Amino acid sequence: MLDNTKIKIETLINESEVMLFMKGTPAMPQCGFSAAVVGVLNHMGIDFQSTNVLQDQEVREGIKEFSNWPTIPQLYVKKEFVGGCDIIREMHENGELSNFFEEKGIKTN
Amino acid sequence: MPMSAKEIEDLILKSFPDAIIKIDDLRGDGDHYAAYVESKEFEGKTMVKQHQMVYDALEGRMGNELHALALNTSVPKKGV
Repeated sequence: MLDNTKIKIETLINESEVMLFMKGTPAMPQCGFSAAVVGVLNHMGIDFQSTNVLQDQEVREGIKEFSNWPTIPQLYVKKEFVGGCDIIREMHENGELSNFFEEKGIKTN
Repeated sequence: MPMSAKEIEDLILKSFPDAIIKIDDLRGDGDHYAAYVESKEFEGKTMVKQHQMVYDALEGRMGNELHALALNTSVPKKGV
């Protein structure tokens, strides 16, 4: 990964407490897995930012190396990689996700 | 080229010889799978780490030949 790609990703993660790397936008997701994570975050009333990897090929490839995670979406909370679609869904279903946000001091509804 | 369920299972077994694996071809198109993997190797690991271990076992195919694999990992229940 190029240094400036890494810096770009770090900046995105540092600047938002909750950052979702996804395909498309929260209003117009371009992939069912990204849509599922947006759905969970909206359902919980999380204030989050997103990066559309379809508009940035460097970030799209770089983020996979950055987190050692091969797929999009990827959710970061306070710089920590939380997981992709399966993990977010599972954590939501078993209640871990709301505990996690609470521990991190992120407001939910 | 899509992968067969058998190929996925074989790759996972290579890294986790003790694993109980169940693979469903969700749409019957050889491209969208769900996998359940149960192994002692996952004990004490975070969910992220457990999934990363399975992705490592798939040797870079995840996100490439293998477009969609919904993953559910678990540690064997004690005393069963």
